Amino acid sequence: MSLTMFSLKKSIWVYHLSAGSCNNCDIEILDCLTPRFDLERFGIMLVGSIRHADVILATGIVTRKCLLRVKRVYEQMPAPKLVVAIGACACTGGIFRTGYNMAGPFDRVIPVNAYIPGCPPKPEAMIDGVVKLIQSLNGKLPAKKVR
Amino acid sequence: MASDKRTIIPIGPFHPLQEEPEFFELYVEGEKVVDIDVHIGYNHRAIEQIGQRMNWDQVIFLVERICGICSTSHPIANCNAQEDLAGVEIPERAKYIRSIVGELERLHSHLLWVGLAGHFLGYNTLWMWAWKYREPILEIFEHVTGNRNHYAMMRPGGVKRDIKEEDIPHLTKVLDEAERKIAMVTKAALDDPVLAARLKGVGILTQEDAIKYCAVGPTARASGVAIDVRKDDPYAAYDLVEWNIITQEAGDVFAKAVVRLLECFESVKIIRQCLDKLKKVKGDIAVKIKKMPHGEGKGHHEAPRGETFHYVRSDGSNNPVRVKVRAPTYVNLPTCKATVPGESVADAAIILAAIDPCYCCTERMMRVMDKRGGKVELDGNELVRLSQEKTRGLRKQLGL
Repeated sequence: MSLTMFSLKKSIWVYHLSAGSCNNCDIEILDCLTPRFDLERFGIMLVGSIRHADVILATGIVTRKCLLRVKRVYEQMPAPKLVVAIGACACTGGIFRTGYNMAGPFDRVIPVNAYIPGCPPKPEAMIDGVVKLIQSLNGKLPAKKVR
Repeated sequence: MASDKRTIIPIGPFHPLQEEPEFFELYVEGEKVVDIDVHIGYNHRAIEQIGQRMNWDQVIFLVERICGICSTSHPIANCNAQEDLAGVEIPERAKYIRSIVGELERLHSHLLWVGLAGHFLGYNTLWMWAWKYREPILEIFEHVTGNRNHYAMMRPGGVKRDIKEEDIPHLTKVLDEAERKIAMVTKAALDDPVLAARLKGVGILTQEDAIKYCAVGPTARASGVAIDVRKDDPYAAYDLVEWNIITQEAGDVFAKAVVRLLECFESVKIIRQCLDKLKKVKGDIAVKIKKMPHGEGKGHHEAPRGETFHYVRSDGSNNPVRVKVRAPTYVNLPTCKATVPGESVADAAIILAAIDPCYCCTERMMRVMDKRGGKVELDGNELVRLSQEKTRGLRKQLGL
Protein backbone atom coordinates (compact mmCIF):
# COMPACT_ATOMS: atom_id res chain seq x y z
CA MET A 1 0.00 0.00 0.00
CA SER A 2 1.44 3.33 -1.00
CA LEU A 3 1.82 6.12 1.50
CA THR A 4 -0.80 8.17 -0.34
CA MET A 5 -3.30 5.36 -0.10
CA PHE A 6 -2.56 4.79 3.57
CA SER A 7 -3.16 8.42 4.45
CA LEU A 8 -6.18 8.61 2.17
CA LYS A 9 -7.84 5.76 4.05
CA LYS A 10 -7.25 7.42 7.41
CA SER A 11 -8.18 10.95 6.55
CA ILE A 12 -10.09 12.06 3.52
CA TRP A 13 -10.04 15.75 2.71
CA VAL A 14 -12.98 16.81 0.65
CA TYR A 15 -13.61 19.88 -1.45
CA HIS A 16 -17.09 21.04 -2.19
CA LEU A 17 -17.76 22.08 -5.78
CA SER A 18 -21.18 23.45 -6.55
CA ALA A 19 -21.75 23.92 -10.25
CA GLY A 20 -25.35 25.01 -10.64
CA SER A 21 -27.25 23.25 -7.89
CA CYS A 22 -30.26 24.33 -5.86
CA ASN A 23 -28.21 24.72 -2.67
CA ASN A 24 -29.85 21.78 -1.01
CA CYS A 25 -27.15 19.18 -1.48
CA ASP A 26 -24.70 21.89 -0.46
CA ILE A 27 -26.33 22.58 2.87
CA GLU A 28 -26.66 18.85 3.47
CA ILE A 29 -22.90 18.56 2.91
CA LEU A 30 -22.36 21.31 5.49
CA ASP A 31 -24.84 19.50 7.70
CA CYS A 32 -22.50 16.51 7.71
CA LEU A 33 -19.90 18.64 9.47
CA THR A 34 -22.13 19.84 12.27
CA PRO A 35 -22.68 18.06 15.60
CA ARG A 36 -25.43 15.65 14.54
CA PHE A 37 -23.29 13.84 11.97
CA ASP A 38 -19.84 15.22 12.76
CA LEU A 39 -17.76 13.87 9.91
CA GLU A 40 -14.50 15.07 11.35
CA ARG A 41 -14.48 12.21 13.82
CA PHE A 42 -13.85 9.92 10.81
CA GLY A 43 -11.06 12.16 9.58
CA ILE A 44 -13.18 13.58 6.78
CA MET A 45 -12.54 17.30 6.59
CA LEU A 46 -13.85 20.02 4.33
CA VAL A 47 -10.95 22.04 2.95
CA GLY A 48 -10.99 25.48 1.40
CA SER A 49 -8.51 24.94 -1.40
CA ILE A 50 -8.71 22.38 -4.18
CA ARG A 51 -4.93 21.91 -3.93
CA HIS A 52 -5.37 20.22 -0.54
CA ALA A 53 -8.25 17.97 -1.54
CA ASP A 54 -8.42 14.21 -2.11
CA VAL A 55 -12.07 14.08 -3.08
CA ILE A 56 -14.33 16.53 -4.89
CA LEU A 57 -17.93 16.50 -3.68
CA ALA A 58 -19.65 17.69 -6.83
CA THR A 59 -23.20 19.00 -6.80
CA GLY A 60 -25.46 20.49 -9.42
CA ILE A 61 -25.84 20.25 -13.16
CA VAL A 62 -22.80 21.81 -14.76
CA THR A 63 -24.06 25.08 -16.19
CA ARG A 64 -22.45 26.54 -19.28
CA LYS A 65 -20.89 29.36 -17.29
CA CYS A 66 -19.41 26.88 -14.80
CA LEU A 67 -18.11 24.44 -17.40
CA LEU A 68 -14.62 25.86 -17.94
CA ARG A 69 -14.19 26.65 -14.27
CA VAL A 70 -15.08 23.11 -13.24
CA LYS A 71 -12.47 21.76 -15.66
CA ARG A 72 -9.88 24.15 -14.30
CA VAL A 73 -10.63 23.20 -10.72
CA TYR A 74 -10.25 19.53 -11.63
CA GLU A 75 -6.90 20.20 -13.33
CA GLN A 76 -5.58 21.92 -10.23
CA MET A 77 -6.44 18.97 -8.00
CA PRO A 78 -3.58 16.74 -6.81
CA ALA A 79 -3.65 12.99 -7.56
CA PRO A 80 -5.49 10.75 -6.77
CA LYS A 81 -8.31 12.72 -8.32
CA LEU A 82 -11.47 11.28 -6.84
CA VAL A 83 -14.86 12.75 -7.67
CA VAL A 84 -18.17 11.97 -5.99
CA ALA A 85 -21.31 13.22 -7.74
CA ILE A 86 -23.88 14.10 -5.09
CA GLY A 87 -27.55 14.42 -5.85
CA ALA A 88 -29.79 13.70 -8.80
CA CYS A 89 -28.55 16.77 -10.70
CA ALA A 90 -24.89 15.83 -10.51
CA CYS A 91 -25.61 12.21 -11.45
CA THR A 92 -28.00 12.69 -14.36
CA GLY A 93 -29.05 16.32 -14.64
CA GLY A 94 -32.26 15.58 -12.77
CA ILE A 95 -35.20 17.84 -13.38
CA PHE A 96 -33.02 20.40 -15.21
CA ARG A 97 -31.59 18.04 -17.84
CA THR A 98 -33.73 19.50 -20.65
CA GLY A 99 -32.71 23.10 -20.00
CA TYR A 100 -30.66 25.13 -22.44
CA ASN A 101 -28.00 25.99 -19.90
CA MET A 102 -27.03 22.43 -19.08
CA ALA A 103 -23.50 21.40 -20.01
CA GLY A 104 -23.33 18.40 -17.69
CA PRO A 105 -24.00 16.07 -16.01
CA PHE A 106 -20.68 15.83 -14.22
CA ASP A 107 -19.47 12.62 -15.84
CA ARG A 108 -19.53 14.28 -19.24
CA VAL A 109 -17.16 16.96 -17.98
CA ILE A 110 -14.77 15.25 -15.56
CA PRO A 111 -14.32 11.58 -14.61
CA VAL A 112 -16.64 10.61 -11.76
CA ASN A 113 -15.80 7.76 -9.39
CA ALA A 114 -18.98 7.46 -7.35
CA TYR A 115 -22.59 8.52 -7.62
CA ILE A 116 -24.89 9.31 -4.70
CA PRO A 117 -28.43 9.78 -6.03
CA GLY A 118 -31.24 11.49 -4.17
CA CYS A 119 -32.87 14.88 -4.10
CA PRO A 120 -31.15 15.66 -1.80
CA PRO A 121 -29.38 12.53 -0.52
CA LYS A 122 -29.48 12.22 3.25
CA PRO A 123 -26.25 12.99 5.10
CA GLU A 124 -26.03 9.29 6.02
CA ALA A 125 -26.05 8.41 2.33
CA MET A 126 -23.26 10.89 1.63
CA ILE A 127 -21.07 9.48 4.41
CA ASP A 128 -21.79 5.96 3.18
CA GLY A 129 -20.91 6.92 -0.38
CA VAL A 130 -17.54 8.43 0.47
CA VAL A 131 -16.61 5.50 2.73
CA LYS A 132 -17.66 2.96 0.06
CA LEU A 133 -15.60 4.81 -2.52
CA ILE A 134 -12.49 4.54 -0.39
CA GLN A 135 -13.16 0.87 0.37
CA SER A 136 -13.77 0.06 -3.28
CA LEU A 137 -10.31 1.32 -4.15
CA ASN A 138 -9.04 -1.70 -2.22
CA GLY A 139 -5.64 -0.27 -1.56
CA LYS A 140 -5.09 0.69 -5.18
CA LEU A 141 -5.21 4.14 -6.65
CA PRO A 142 -7.63 4.52 -9.54
CA ALA A 143 -6.24 4.19 -13.03
CA LYS A 144 -5.70 7.48 -14.75
CA LYS A 145 -8.50 8.37 -17.09
CA VAL A 146 -7.95 10.71 -19.95
CA ARG A 147 -10.72 12.80 -21.37
CA MET B 1 -4.86 59.92 -8.43
CA ALA B 2 -7.08 57.93 -6.15
CA SER B 3 -8.04 55.42 -8.81
CA ASP B 4 -4.38 54.43 -9.22
CA LYS B 5 -4.32 53.11 -5.68
CA ARG B 6 -7.33 50.90 -6.26
CA THR B 7 -6.81 47.19 -5.93
CA ILE B 8 -9.34 44.63 -7.01
CA ILE B 9 -9.88 41.71 -4.66
CA PRO B 10 -11.64 38.85 -6.42
CA ILE B 11 -13.76 36.53 -4.26
CA GLY B 12 -14.99 33.37 -5.92
CA PRO B 13 -16.56 31.84 -7.94
CA PHE B 14 -15.54 28.67 -6.08
CA HIS B 15 -14.67 29.90 -2.65
CA PRO B 16 -14.65 28.09 0.70
CA LEU B 17 -16.85 30.75 2.24
CA GLN B 18 -19.74 30.29 -0.13
CA GLU B 19 -21.84 27.27 -0.84
CA GLU B 20 -22.89 28.58 -4.20
CA PRO B 21 -20.71 29.83 -7.01
CA GLU B 22 -20.80 33.60 -7.31
CA PHE B 23 -18.13 36.15 -7.96
CA PHE B 24 -17.50 39.40 -6.09
CA GLU B 25 -15.05 42.05 -7.08
CA LEU B 26 -14.10 44.33 -4.22
CA TYR B 27 -12.40 47.55 -5.24
CA VAL B 28 -10.26 48.56 -2.30
CA GLU B 29 -8.05 51.46 -1.37
CA GLY B 30 -5.88 50.25 1.45
CA GLU B 31 -8.23 48.60 3.92
CA LYS B 32 -11.30 50.44 2.73
CA VAL B 33 -13.74 49.06 0.18
CA VAL B 34 -14.66 51.81 -2.27
CA ASP B 35 -16.83 49.88 -4.69
CA ILE B 36 -18.21 46.44 -5.27
CA ASP B 37 -19.30 44.44 -8.25
CA VAL B 38 -21.26 41.20 -8.17
CA HIS B 39 -21.19 38.68 -10.99
CA ILE B 40 -23.84 36.00 -10.91
CA GLY B 41 -25.12 33.50 -13.43
CA TYR B 42 -23.13 30.43 -12.43
CA ASN B 43 -26.27 28.77 -11.16
CA HIS B 44 -28.64 29.63 -13.97
CA ARG B 45 -30.59 26.48 -14.78
CA ALA B 46 -33.23 27.76 -17.22
CA ILE B 47 -36.06 27.07 -14.79
CA GLU B 48 -38.62 29.45 -16.28
CA GLN B 49 -38.10 27.96 -19.72
CA ILE B 50 -38.29 24.34 -18.50
CA GLY B 51 -41.47 25.30 -16.65
CA GLN B 52 -43.19 26.18 -19.88
CA ARG B 53 -42.79 22.59 -21.07
CA MET B 54 -44.24 21.02 -17.94
CA ASN B 55 -47.81 20.59 -16.86
CA TRP B 56 -49.31 22.51 -13.97
CA ASP B 57 -48.61 19.87 -11.33
CA GLN B 58 -45.03 19.32 -12.44
CA VAL B 59 -44.27 23.04 -12.29
CA ILE B 60 -44.69 22.88 -8.51
CA PHE B 61 -41.93 20.26 -8.31
CA LEU B 62 -39.75 22.32 -10.59
CA VAL B 63 -40.08 25.61 -8.69
CA GLU B 64 -39.42 23.71 -5.47
CA ARG B 65 -35.97 23.00 -6.87
CA ILE B 66 -35.19 26.66 -7.52
CA CYS B 67 -33.72 26.84 -4.06
CA GLY B 68 -33.01 24.23 -1.45
CA ILE B 69 -33.30 26.46 1.59
CA CYS B 70 -36.56 28.24 0.80
CA SER B 71 -37.87 25.14 -0.91
CA THR B 72 -41.47 25.54 0.20
CA SER B 73 -41.68 29.27 -0.49
CA HIS B 74 -41.60 28.91 -4.23
CA PRO B 75 -44.28 26.17 -4.31
CA ILE B 76 -46.55 28.20 -2.00
CA ALA B 77 -46.14 31.28 -4.20
CA ASN B 78 -46.72 29.25 -7.36
CA CYS B 79 -49.78 27.51 -5.88
CA ASN B 80 -51.13 30.92 -4.91
CA ALA B 81 -50.61 32.06 -8.50
CA GLN B 82 -52.31 28.98 -9.96
CA GLU B 83 -55.22 29.27 -7.52
CA ASP B 84 -55.53 32.95 -8.38
CA LEU B 85 -55.71 31.95 -12.04
CA ALA B 86 -58.25 29.18 -11.46
CA GLY B 87 -60.24 31.22 -8.94
CA VAL B 88 -60.12 28.50 -6.30
CA GLU B 89 -60.31 28.92 -2.52
CA ILE B 90 -58.38 26.21 -0.65
CA PRO B 91 -59.95 24.37 2.33
CA GLU B 92 -59.30 25.81 5.79
CA ARG B 93 -57.35 22.79 6.97
CA ALA B 94 -54.99 23.12 4.00
CA LYS B 95 -54.45 26.78 4.91
CA TYR B 96 -53.23 25.86 8.38
CA ILE B 97 -50.96 23.11 7.07
CA ARG B 98 -49.47 25.51 4.52
CA SER B 99 -48.70 28.04 7.22
CA ILE B 100 -47.15 25.39 9.46
CA VAL B 101 -44.80 24.17 6.72
CA GLY B 102 -43.98 27.74 5.68
CA GLU B 103 -43.13 28.79 9.22
CA LEU B 104 -41.13 25.65 10.01
CA GLU B 105 -39.10 26.52 6.97
CA ARG B 106 -38.54 30.04 8.23
CA LEU B 107 -37.29 28.57 11.52
CA HIS B 108 -34.76 26.31 9.87
CA SER B 109 -33.69 28.96 7.38
CA HIS B 110 -33.11 31.64 10.02
CA LEU B 111 -31.17 29.21 12.20
CA LEU B 112 -29.09 28.30 9.17
CA TRP B 113 -28.33 31.96 8.58
CA VAL B 114 -27.41 32.58 12.21
CA GLY B 115 -25.02 29.64 12.01
CA LEU B 116 -23.41 30.80 8.78
CA ALA B 117 -23.11 34.36 10.09
CA GLY B 118 -21.33 32.99 13.16
CA HIS B 119 -19.03 31.03 10.87
CA PHE B 120 -18.22 34.12 8.80
CA LEU B 121 -17.34 35.99 11.97
CA GLY B 122 -15.10 33.23 13.24
CA TYR B 123 -17.57 32.35 15.98
CA ASN B 124 -17.78 28.67 15.08
CA THR B 125 -19.47 27.70 18.35
CA LEU B 126 -22.51 29.66 17.25
CA TRP B 127 -22.42 27.86 13.91
CA MET B 128 -22.35 24.42 15.55
CA TRP B 129 -25.07 25.37 18.05
CA ALA B 130 -27.45 26.84 15.53
CA TRP B 131 -27.07 23.91 13.16
CA LYS B 132 -27.40 21.41 15.99
CA TYR B 133 -30.72 22.89 17.09
CA ARG B 134 -31.83 23.06 13.47
CA GLU B 135 -31.71 19.28 13.19
CA PRO B 136 -34.87 18.58 15.26
CA ILE B 137 -36.79 20.88 12.91
CA LEU B 138 -35.54 18.95 9.90
CA GLU B 139 -36.64 15.82 11.72
CA ILE B 140 -40.16 17.21 12.07
CA PHE B 141 -40.09 17.82 8.34
CA GLU B 142 -39.04 14.25 7.69
CA HIS B 143 -41.78 13.04 10.02
CA VAL B 144 -44.54 15.18 8.53
CA THR B 145 -43.61 15.44 4.86
CA GLY B 146 -41.29 12.51 4.24
CA ASN B 147 -38.13 14.41 3.37
CA ARG B 148 -35.65 16.60 5.21
CA ASN B 149 -35.62 19.17 2.44
CA HIS B 150 -37.69 19.49 -0.72
CA TYR B 151 -40.89 18.55 1.05
CA ALA B 152 -43.24 18.34 -1.97
CA MET B 153 -46.06 19.31 0.40
CA MET B 154 -47.89 21.83 -1.79
CA ARG B 155 -50.23 21.21 -4.69
CA PRO B 156 -52.49 23.57 -6.58
CA GLY B 157 -55.72 23.57 -4.59
CA GLY B 158 -54.32 22.53 -1.22
CA VAL B 159 -51.65 20.33 0.28
CA LYS B 160 -50.50 16.81 -0.53
CA ARG B 161 -50.28 15.27 2.93
CA ASP B 162 -52.27 15.71 6.08
CA ILE B 163 -50.80 16.28 9.53
CA LYS B 164 -52.21 13.45 11.63
CA GLU B 165 -53.93 14.05 14.94
CA GLU B 166 -51.55 11.71 16.78
CA ASP B 167 -48.49 13.57 15.46
CA ILE B 168 -49.47 16.89 16.98
CA PRO B 169 -48.28 16.18 20.57
CA HIS B 170 -44.91 15.09 19.21
CA LEU B 171 -44.63 18.23 17.08
CA THR B 172 -45.54 20.45 20.03
CA LYS B 173 -42.92 18.76 22.17
CA VAL B 174 -40.14 19.23 19.61
CA LEU B 175 -41.28 22.80 19.07
CA ASP B 176 -41.12 23.60 22.81
CA GLU B 177 -37.62 22.18 22.95
CA ALA B 178 -36.59 24.10 19.82
CA GLU B 179 -37.97 27.34 21.24
CA ARG B 180 -35.94 26.92 24.43
CA LYS B 181 -32.79 26.30 22.43
CA ILE B 182 -33.42 29.21 20.08
CA ALA B 183 -33.91 31.42 23.14
CA MET B 184 -30.55 30.24 24.39
CA VAL B 185 -28.82 30.91 21.05
CA THR B 186 -30.52 34.32 20.82
CA LYS B 187 -29.33 35.31 24.27
CA ALA B 188 -25.83 34.02 23.59
CA ALA B 189 -25.60 35.87 20.28
CA LEU B 190 -27.19 39.16 21.26
CA ASP B 191 -25.48 39.51 24.66
CA ASP B 192 -22.05 38.69 23.32
CA PRO B 193 -19.88 41.84 23.63
CA VAL B 194 -17.57 40.80 20.79
CA LEU B 195 -20.43 40.20 18.37
CA ALA B 196 -21.98 43.53 19.31
CA ALA B 197 -18.68 45.33 18.74
CA ARG B 198 -18.26 43.55 15.44
CA LEU B 199 -21.77 44.04 14.07
CA LYS B 200 -23.23 47.25 15.52
CA GLY B 201 -22.95 50.17 13.14
CA VAL B 202 -21.53 47.97 10.37
CA GLY B 203 -23.06 47.93 6.90
CA ILE B 204 -25.86 50.36 7.63
CA LEU B 205 -28.76 50.37 5.18
CA THR B 206 -30.79 53.51 5.89
CA GLN B 207 -34.56 53.45 5.67
CA GLU B 208 -34.35 55.75 2.67
CA ASP B 209 -31.96 53.40 0.87
CA ALA B 210 -34.05 50.36 1.77
CA ILE B 211 -37.04 51.96 0.08
CA LYS B 212 -34.96 53.19 -2.85
CA TYR B 213 -33.50 49.75 -3.53
CA CYS B 214 -36.94 48.12 -2.98
CA ALA B 215 -35.46 45.84 -0.31
CA VAL B 216 -37.80 43.17 1.06
CA GLY B 217 -37.95 40.79 3.99
CA PRO B 218 -35.68 40.99 7.04
CA THR B 219 -33.30 43.29 5.12
CA ALA B 220 -36.02 45.94 4.86
CA ARG B 221 -37.52 45.24 8.28
CA ALA B 222 -34.14 45.79 9.93
CA SER B 223 -34.12 49.27 8.39
CA GLY B 224 -37.48 50.18 9.84
CA VAL B 225 -39.64 49.37 6.81
CA ALA B 226 -42.53 47.26 8.13
CA ILE B 227 -43.09 45.28 4.94
CA ASP B 228 -44.39 41.73 5.16
CA VAL B 229 -46.61 40.02 2.61
CA ARG B 230 -48.14 37.88 5.33
CA LYS B 231 -49.71 41.03 6.81
CA ASP B 232 -50.00 43.21 3.72
CA ASP B 233 -51.79 40.69 1.52
CA PRO B 234 -52.68 37.71 3.72
CA TYR B 235 -52.87 34.24 2.22
CA ALA B 236 -52.92 30.76 3.79
CA ALA B 237 -53.74 31.10 7.50
CA TYR B 238 -51.76 34.24 8.30
CA ASP B 239 -54.86 36.36 8.84
CA LEU B 240 -56.42 33.70 11.08
CA VAL B 241 -53.68 33.72 13.73
CA GLU B 242 -52.08 36.32 15.99
CA TRP B 243 -48.54 37.47 15.32
CA ASN B 244 -46.43 40.61 14.96
CA ILE B 245 -44.06 42.05 12.40
CA ILE B 246 -40.59 42.45 13.87
CA THR B 247 -38.83 45.66 12.90
CA GLN B 248 -35.62 47.36 13.95
CA GLU B 249 -34.52 50.89 13.23
CA ALA B 250 -30.73 50.68 13.05
CA GLY B 251 -30.34 48.98 9.66
CA ASP B 252 -26.94 47.52 10.50
CA VAL B 253 -25.93 43.86 10.45
CA PHE B 254 -26.78 43.52 14.13
CA ALA B 255 -30.33 44.72 13.50
CA LYS B 256 -30.71 42.15 10.75
CA ALA B 257 -29.59 39.43 13.12
CA VAL B 258 -32.03 40.66 15.79
CA VAL B 259 -34.91 40.68 13.29
CA ARG B 260 -34.17 37.13 12.19
CA LEU B 261 -33.75 35.77 15.69
CA LEU B 262 -36.91 37.41 17.00
CA GLU B 263 -38.85 36.27 13.95
CA CYS B 264 -38.11 32.70 14.97
CA PHE B 265 -40.28 33.21 18.08
CA GLU B 266 -43.10 34.67 15.99
CA SER B 267 -42.87 31.61 13.76
CA VAL B 268 -43.11 29.31 16.76
CA LYS B 269 -46.15 31.31 17.88
CA ILE B 270 -47.83 30.91 14.49
CA ILE B 271 -47.10 27.17 14.32
CA ARG B 272 -48.52 26.61 17.84
CA GLN B 273 -51.76 28.40 17.01
CA CYS B 274 -52.06 26.53 13.71
CA LEU B 275 -51.52 23.17 15.41
CA ASP B 276 -54.22 24.06 17.95
CA LYS B 277 -56.64 24.98 15.18
CA LEU B 278 -55.83 21.76 13.29
CA LYS B 279 -57.36 19.80 16.17
CA LYS B 280 -60.68 21.55 15.62
CA VAL B 281 -60.81 22.13 11.88
CA LYS B 282 -61.57 18.91 10.04
CA GLY B 283 -62.25 18.27 6.40
CA ASP B 284 -60.52 17.99 3.07
CA ILE B 285 -56.94 19.05 2.55
CA ALA B 286 -57.30 19.88 -1.13
CA VAL B 287 -59.82 20.81 -3.76
CA LYS B 288 -59.49 19.52 -7.27
CA ILE B 289 -58.81 22.03 -10.02
CA LYS B 290 -60.59 20.56 -13.03
CA LYS B 291 -59.38 22.92 -15.72
CA MET B 292 -57.04 25.85 -15.93
CA PRO B 293 -58.85 28.74 -17.58
CA HIS B 294 -57.40 31.16 -20.04
CA GLY B 295 -55.69 34.08 -18.30
CA GLU B 296 -53.00 34.99 -15.84
CA GLY B 297 -52.44 34.67 -12.13
CA LYS B 298 -50.06 36.02 -9.54
CA GLY B 299 -49.08 34.77 -6.16
CA HIS B 300 -46.62 35.61 -3.46
CA HIS B 301 -45.25 34.30 -0.24
CA GLU B 302 -43.09 35.83 2.44
CA ALA B 303 -40.06 33.56 2.14
CA PRO B 304 -37.45 33.65 4.92
CA ARG B 305 -35.51 36.15 2.79
CA GLY B 306 -38.43 38.32 1.70
CA GLU B 307 -41.22 38.39 -0.81
CA THR B 308 -41.20 35.67 -3.45
CA PHE B 309 -43.36 36.57 -6.40
CA HIS B 310 -44.69 34.17 -9.03
CA TYR B 311 -46.62 34.91 -12.17
CA VAL B 312 -48.23 32.33 -14.45
CA ARG B 313 -50.04 32.73 -17.74
CA SER B 314 -52.29 30.12 -19.27
CA ASP B 315 -53.80 29.61 -22.70
CA GLY B 316 -56.26 27.10 -21.30
CA SER B 317 -54.06 24.12 -22.10
CA ASN B 318 -52.24 21.67 -19.90
CA ASN B 319 -49.04 23.72 -19.73
CA PRO B 320 -48.36 27.24 -18.56
CA VAL B 321 -47.36 29.62 -21.33
CA ARG B 322 -45.19 31.62 -18.98
CA VAL B 323 -43.82 31.06 -15.51
CA LYS B 324 -42.12 34.08 -14.01
CA VAL B 325 -40.25 34.11 -10.73
CA ARG B 326 -38.95 37.04 -8.75
CA ALA B 327 -36.98 35.90 -5.77
CA PRO B 328 -36.17 38.15 -2.78
CA THR B 329 -32.40 38.18 -3.30
CA TYR B 330 -32.97 39.72 -6.71
CA VAL B 331 -33.91 42.99 -5.03
CA ASN B 332 -31.89 42.57 -1.84
CA LEU B 333 -28.56 41.93 -3.51
CA PRO B 334 -28.16 45.44 -5.02
CA THR B 335 -28.38 46.93 -1.52
CA CYS B 336 -24.75 45.83 -1.08
CA LYS B 337 -23.91 48.81 -3.32
CA ALA B 338 -25.20 51.00 -0.50
CA THR B 339 -23.87 49.03 2.45
CA VAL B 340 -20.41 47.73 1.52
CA PRO B 341 -18.54 50.80 0.17
CA GLY B 342 -16.86 52.69 3.00
CA GLU B 343 -16.43 49.59 5.17
CA SER B 344 -13.21 47.68 5.72
CA VAL B 345 -12.38 44.54 3.75
CA ALA B 346 -12.75 42.40 6.87
CA ASP B 347 -16.37 43.49 7.27
CA ALA B 348 -17.30 42.91 3.63
CA ALA B 349 -17.98 39.19 4.04
CA ILE B 350 -20.50 39.58 6.84
CA ILE B 351 -22.25 42.55 5.20
CA LEU B 352 -22.66 40.55 1.99
CA ALA B 353 -23.94 37.62 4.04
CA ALA B 354 -26.29 39.82 6.07
CA ILE B 355 -28.96 39.94 3.37
CA ASP B 356 -28.98 36.12 3.51
CA PRO B 357 -28.29 35.93 -0.20
CA CYS B 358 -29.59 33.02 -2.21
CA TYR B 359 -28.07 33.10 -5.65
CA CYS B 360 -29.84 30.02 -7.01
CA CYS B 361 -33.10 31.95 -6.76
CA THR B 362 -31.65 35.01 -8.39
CA GLU B 363 -29.93 33.75 -11.49
CA ARG B 364 -30.93 35.37 -14.75
CA MET B 365 -29.79 35.18 -18.32
CA MET B 366 -29.11 38.21 -20.47
CA ARG B 367 -30.07 38.61 -24.08
CA VAL B 368 -29.80 41.71 -26.20
CA MET B 369 -32.97 42.15 -28.23
CA ASP B 370 -33.82 44.43 -31.10
CA LYS B 371 -36.21 46.93 -29.53
CA ARG B 372 -38.59 47.19 -32.48
CA GLY B 373 -38.42 43.79 -34.15
CA GLY B 374 -38.09 41.76 -30.96
CA LYS B 375 -35.35 39.77 -32.68
CA VAL B 376 -32.61 38.29 -30.53
CA GLU B 377 -29.40 40.05 -31.46
CA LEU B 378 -26.91 38.84 -28.90
CA ASP B 379 -26.90 35.89 -26.57
CA GLY B 380 -24.11 34.15 -24.65
CA ASN B 381 -22.53 32.42 -27.65
CA GLU B 382 -22.76 35.56 -29.70
CA LEU B 383 -20.99 37.62 -27.03
CA VAL B 384 -18.19 35.07 -26.79
CA ARG B 385 -17.85 35.13 -30.58
CA LEU B 386 -17.65 38.95 -30.60
CA SER B 387 -14.99 38.89 -27.91
CA GLN B 388 -12.93 36.29 -29.78
CA GLU B 389 -13.21 38.32 -32.97
CA LYS B 390 -11.91 41.39 -31.17
CA THR B 391 -8.88 39.44 -29.95
CA ARG B 392 -8.21 38.19 -33.46
CA GLY B 393 -8.51 41.73 -34.79
CA LEU B 394 -6.11 43.06 -32.18
CA ARG B 395 -3.62 40.32 -33.03
CA LYS B 396 -3.74 41.29 -36.66
CA GLN B 397 -3.31 44.96 -35.80
CA LEU B 398 -0.28 44.24 -33.68
CA GLY B 399 1.12 42.02 -36.41
CA LEU B 400 1.39 38.92 -34.19
